[in-house]
Amino acid sequence: MESLLNRIKNQRWWDFPGGVHPPSRKDISNQGSIDNIALPELLHVSVKQHIGSEGKIKVEVGQRVLKGEALTHSANPFSVPVHAPTSGTIEAIDVHPSAHPSALPEMAVHIKPDGLGQWIDLKPMQDYQQQNKSKVVEAICKAGISGMGGAGFPTHIKVSPKKDVQFLIINGIECEPYITSDDRLMREYAWQIRQGIDVLQYLLNPKQVLIGIEDNKPEAAEAMRVACRDNEQYQICVVPTKYPAGGEKQLIQTLTGQEVPQNGLPVDIGVIMQNVGTCYAIADAIFSGKPLIQRVVTLTGEQFDAPQNVWAPIGTPISHLLAHAGYQPASTERLIMGGPMMGFALANDHIPVVKTTNCILAPSLSEMPLPPQKQACIRCSACADACPASLLPQQLLWYAKADDHEKAQEYNLFDCIECGACAYVCPSDIPLVHYYRTAKADIRSAQQEKIQADKARERFEARKARLERDQIEREEKHRQAAEARKQAMQADGSDAKAKIAAALARAKAKKAPSEDTSQTADEADNKKQQVADAIARAKAKRAAKQSDATIDKAQDGVSGDELSNADNATKPADAAPADVKKQQVAEAIARAKAKRTAKLAEESASESSEEESTPIAADSAQDDKKQQVAAAIARAKAKREAKLAEQQSAANDKAADNQQTDAEPAGASSADNSEPEYQQKKQRVAAAIAKAKAKKAAQQRAEKPQDGSESEAISEPEATSESLSSETDTPENEQQTAQDKKQRIAAAVAKAKARQQAKKDAQEDNS
Amino acid sequence: MLFVYSLFAIGLLALIFGLILGYAAVRFKVEADPLVDQIDKLLPQTQCGQCGYPGCKPYAEAIANGDDINKCPPGGEATVKNLADLMGVDPKPLDDSHAQEPIKKVAFIREDECIGCTKCIVACPVDAILGAAKHMHTVISDECTGCDLCVDPCPVDCIEMRPVEATAQSWRWDLNSIPVKQVS
Ligand code: SF4
Ligand code: SF4
Ligand code: SF4
Ligand code: SF4
Ligand code: SF4
Repeated sequence: MESLLNRIKNQRWWDFPGGVHPPSRKDISNQGSIDNIALPELLHVSVKQHIGSEGKIKVEVGQRVLKGEALTHSANPFSVPVHAPTSGTIEAIDVHPSAHPSALPEMAVHIKPDGLGQWIDLKPMQDYQQQNKSKVVEAICKAGISGMGGAGFPTHIKVSPKKDVQFLIINGIECEPYITSDDRLMREYAWQIRQGIDVLQYLLNPKQVLIGIEDNKPEAAEAMRVACRDNEQYQICVVPTKYPAGGEKQLIQTLTGQEVPQNGLPVDIGVIMQNVGTCYAIADAIFSGKPLIQRVVTLTGEQFDAPQNVWAPIGTPISHLLAHAGYQPASTERLIMGGPMMGFALANDHIPVVKTTNCILAPSLSEMPLPPQKQACIRCSACADACPASLLPQQLLWYAKADDHEKAQEYNLFDCIECGACAYVCPSDIPLVHYYRTAKADIRSAQQEKIQADKARERFEARKARLERDQIEREEKHRQAAEARKQAMQADGSDAKAKIAAALARAKAKKAPSEDTSQTADEADNKKQQVADAIARAKAKRAAKQSDATIDKAQDGVSGDELSNADNATKPADAAPADVKKQQVAEAIARAKAKRTAKLAEESASESSEEESTPIAADSAQDDKKQQVAAAIARAKAKREAKLAEQQSAANDKAADNQQTDAEPAGASSADNSEPEYQQKKQRVAAAIAKAKAKKAAQQRAEKPQDGSESEAISEPEATSESLSSETDTPENEQQTAQDKKQRIAAAVAKAKARQQAKKDAQEDNS
Repeated sequence: MLFVYSLFAIGLLALIFGLILGYAAVRFKVEADPLVDQIDKLLPQTQCGQCGYPGCKPYAEAIANGDDINKCPPGGEATVKNLADLMGVDPKPLDDSHAQEPIKKVAFIREDECIGCTKCIVACPVDAILGAAKHMHTVISDECTGCDLCVDPCPVDCIEMRPVEATAQSWRWDLNSIPVKQVS
């Protein structure tokens, strides 16, 4: 340890492998002091400005906010708030292109500045050394400080490590060409940076504080040396210029000779690194209570008339900065956020400044020509020599291109810091880093998919187990229902009551499996209307039984308990004569009507037999629901009819017949219902028909070969049984609807007769 | 006599080693994943049935019994390749002509149109739909595998498949959009 410290004292540094020496071009922008700029017309403060999860927005549109007021808050320890960069009103809270290479829209708060710059109550913490450390950390978190150099890691997490810290490294390297924001900051605000370092020193208590500065910034190094002169522990380290010396792992290696373990963090070897910009922000937060609402941004490149550094409020659109520095759009407009090595091209200039924006680069064509056509890799290994992470970029390229994720990971793709040194030296002009970024993104999403697939498998298996359980229960239920039915059959004709019991048992069994079927027999006595109802149905059923058994199953939904049963049954039904189909359509409509009426009745009933039915009492609500129900039925009808039509697509004229039969019974059955509704219903029916027509037409055009009969068949038995059960389950309603029901029964009887007739006809036709 | 001794000695050695090996085989038995599970791990678990089997596990069983490995459209070429590696056969292109690389989609229920018939719940293989009879239904989009099976049963056609929106996290880098090279 002593020799290590001695070596540091003597400024004898280690070296990291690889590295390149691109022209630094820092003198373009580091001549003048950091400029203040006028406020833009509108600020777009992105809600998510650092890695981790974003906070919740706690302001509203139209609200007036003061400078430094927090716009978000979050209980998540991994997130920091964002603050209003100036006082003004919130114009909108909306999505805005994000400061990300994709420019995908992300949530942002749009603030219209009022020009007053009115601060909130600032709560400085001058006496931080007397405060509890957690208080200081909390203040740093509340000030919204996240790393201002790289990925934007929340600072308060970094300054409360679980391990002992040997070295606190302050990163003032700024190795990337063109960028001078940290350079200017150190030159002009060295003292405040020093204050920030003091706070960190208090929090982390390291053995030594190393302030790393590249030797191409002598003024900055001098300023920092002056500021830190009085403290023995603070050591200015002037390191040789080499890209990427500012990389976290590279700088640690340069200054301490230690390597950060793979998949490890610097703190694992007792090192914490902070950017100078972050130190400045910490000092601001502790000594004056100001949150992080502005940062230094370098505006550089030959397309600027006046390249310079500016204090840009967070949320300033790039276009405003461009105007300030006299940007001359080039023929090939290229704007880069960040430096030329690691930055990304901006999709447009509305993108706002975020906490990690350090540079806007607008190069001319002569200083940064368009990338030449890439050529095949000649395996010169220049890239491997330049790689600071000692990887084999050409191998990685090979595997990334081949989508061989496993191999790429074997070659430590995830150790790549995307520094671009390999692409810089590649004689074949291969944009190597892009391949790595793509490959990394692919691997990450593949991992994500893996997790989701596992979840899906679990859920699928859980569901299968549940279905098996249900199946067993259902079989038991069916067995009981079948017994009841058999009894009913034996007493056929003479004893109507038994039949009723059977019908009720069926309905009950389907609806409430736990309910005892014997109870229903008692109830049956005082339900004369239902009795009549059941007779009608039983008659219809008997009639149907006489004809083809399979057709019966498909048409009479009551017996089609099993979905699969009904499923199979539809196929023979297809083959049935057109007359039967007409009948079927009429029935379907009648059923839909019955269901609707049942629903209406159910609404008015005070007692609801199922936990599912919500008591909607208010008249207005009822009206509303009526309409909704009607609309839904119309839609359902439309779909069903379309499916029927599809089944019959062999004969289009028959489909047209269908249409007519649809209209007639619909009109007829509306007479069942009370008078004032009559008109309304007619309209609805008309609407439904129109819809069905439209859909049928569309489907015939598309001529989808899909087999729609399945869901059709499924829908029938359920619809029928539902209507059946809801009728039987509302005895209170009896008196009011008695009249209504009589009519309906009559209709049902008529229908059954008609059907019988049709069946007979069909049989005669067949024979 | 020497011959008998040596036979005896070798026989004894063989017995001892045989016992040791036998014990080791029982004691240090390696629990290998049965083939079906290994295959199942590679399938995308969309449970869509496009392979002709009622879910991924049945297809995995079928593959183990010698079915073709190229019948899973949601998995795409990547899955075929992985399966080929596992089974030690040559990868082949997906057999369906319509099987292009899948775009990840999730179901979305237009909730004000839903009549609460629960048909979609019955159809969903991973229980990703939430609702009760006569009440509005909705899809838990995080759990939805995008299998499409709920779309057709809906009597009012209020389910649609929407592509999953890319986020900055899932965004795939666009090659060649940034000029990294700089010369002076
Ligand atoms: S520098 Fe370029 S050409 Fe040379 S080995 Fe690397 S990738 Fe291939
Ligand atoms: S981009 Fe990655 S592979 Fe290329 S030099 Fe940098 S660390 Fe090495
Ligand atoms: S096609 Fe693929 S995802 Fe769909 S069920 Fe078959 S194996 Fe599963
Ligand atoms: S919600 Fe629909 S698309 Fe999604 S998993 Fe369930 S059935 Fe498939
Ligand atoms: S199938 Fe359609 S209408 Fe029925 S519950 Fe599902 S979304 Fe609602």
